[in-house]
Amino acid sequence: MGKRIESIGLDAYYGTFKAIEGVTLTIEPKSVTALIGPSGCGKSTFLRSINRMHEVVPGARVEGKLLLDDEDVYGPGVDATTVRRTIGMVFQRPNPFPTMSIYDNVVAGLKLNGVKKKADLDAACERSLKGANLWNEVKDRLGKPGAGLSGGQQQRLCIARAIAVEPQVLLMDEPCSALDPISTLAIEDLMTELKDRFTIVIVTHNMQQAARVSDRTGFFTIEATGQPGRLVEIDDTQKIFTNPGEKRTEDYITGRFG
Amino acid sequence: MSLGALPPVPTDPADVRPGSGDGGPRPASLPLRTSGSGTAEPRGDRVFRGLSVSAGVALLLLIVAIALFLVVRAVPALRADTAGFLSSTGWDPNALPPRFGIVALAFGTVLSSLLALAMALPVALGVALFISHYAPRRIAGPLGYVVDLLAAVPSVVFGLWGISYLNVPLAGVSRFLAEHLGWFPLFARAADDVYTRSLFLASVVLAIMILPIIASLSREVFLQVPATNQEAALALGATRWEMVRTAVLPFARPGVIGATMLGLGRALGETIAVAIVLSPAFVVSLSVLQPNSGNTIAANIALAFAEASATGRGALIASGLVLFVITLLVNVVARAVVSRRREFTGGAL
Repeated sequence: MGKRIESIGLDAYYGTFKAIEGVTLTIEPKSVTALIGPSGCGKSTFLRSINRMHEVVPGARVEGKLLLDDEDVYGPGVDATTVRRTIGMVFQRPNPFPTMSIYDNVVAGLKLNGVKKKADLDAACERSLKGANLWNEVKDRLGKPGAGLSGGQQQRLCIARAIAVEPQVLLMDEPCSALDPISTLAIEDLMTELKDRFTIVIVTHNMQQAARVSDRTGFFTIEATGQPGRLVEIDDTQKIFTNPGEKRTEDYITGRFG
Repeated sequence: MSLGALPPVPTDPADVRPGSGDGGPRPASLPLRTSGSGTAEPRGDRVFRGLSVSAGVALLLLIVAIALFLVVRAVPALRADTAGFLSSTGWDPNALPPRFGIVALAFGTVLSSLLALAMALPVALGVALFISHYAPRRIAGPLGYVVDLLAAVPSVVFGLWGISYLNVPLAGVSRFLAEHLGWFPLFARAADDVYTRSLFLASVVLAIMILPIIASLSREVFLQVPATNQEAALALGATRWEMVRTAVLPFARPGVIGATMLGLGRALGETIAVAIVLSPAFVVSLSVLQPNSGNTIAANIALAFAEASATGRGALIASGLVLFVITLLVNVVARAVVSRRREFTGGAL
């Protein structure tokens, strides 16, 4: 599992506003790629373009090519729901379904896929919660509401929910920005484990986090408000943080702007 | 805190106000005691609390007063009743001796309201979902406004419209139902082939009346479903309908039940629209397509009150008491249903 993502000249719009322009990059399978950059630079928009969540916003659209192992996600006849089943997503704020138990949250995606057998669901629930390092904390209260967990646990529940459907790619949109340092550490450890199975792309504001967890780092920025965001460069994380190819990247990671 | 030596550094230009942060002299200490009395509650709080407490108490007293009025006025009539109020169906309180029972009226009230609810609820939820989740924004706005407007139409208008426009076409529908599905108890055929002014007509008018109420309230609840929950469902690969089923409907459930109960309450208590369209009879019958197959408590009060004797008025008030109890029961049941899964409501209600 774990597919390659290739973006070729990708533009994304909100109505007439161009949010990102000409993003061309390749994300290798079974790696962690971090996207960093100042607020409003389009890194989240790019992330949401990968699994076609961008177009959920009324008036939003994408131009260009986005290949998942040579198959264009935006090609004719490609169904957004199929794309989203292949590319899982974890959001900035933990968003377990408040009306569902822990168990039902984890298997929600499987039920949408038509899995009905209790044994299959039970197995997937245990496997996913173990995969999200949450099993030991919740195994005795699977029937309790998911919203009753702590913030960090809720976010791991959301990760379990996302990986339960066995996606190829896992997108994480600032997954730790609403969490305390200990919960953040738990999620970062988890990412390192999960990259053996999934291609992971994470948007983060926290440069230390990008340096800790990612193999490669892409830097986005905008020239000015109202301009589209662009990818400045993407390279090995080690190189980006020690010897970036672009002056703007260096200015950003050394804290000179942004 | 600031002693004049180190002026605080403003972190944001907006924080800089003239006169602040200059380390100038300040009163050494502020007196904690602002009033001479024992309690330190500010006057504004006291006044507001007094107002809200008295409003709450007034409401309770009002309900108790209504219940007391109903009981006190009903008891003499119930004493005079020779038929058994809770067990007989006839209604002849002005006769000598008076004979009346609530069974037929209560049955007709509940049956017509449940029928109305069964017809209105699916349509109302569809309308609400369409406005909140399916319609383009420029259609959703005006449509929502129209629904709210419908909810404000007085019931007498619905009654007049029902009797003058809906009666005849609906009789045709009733005849069709009776001829083809006559085996079903609700659709029993009329011996004289007359299907006008039936309890079915009353139910349809009630359904049209409560539809905008349920739709309007449900739409508000659907719009309150957090976007993050809906995105979570979509990101799992849910289609729009699956997203509605997984994230929207369960979250909105308590609110929708509340809206339904409000609609049912209005249907149970609706007076004039039913009085206008219905050809009443004091019988317990499931044959709702036929005229003279039932009556409702509220409509009966409206029709009979003016010409009732003292005992007759007492009897009508007693029937009002029963309506009061039915509505109360409906609300208690609804509350129980909502709170059964309270820990899973995720903050709604």
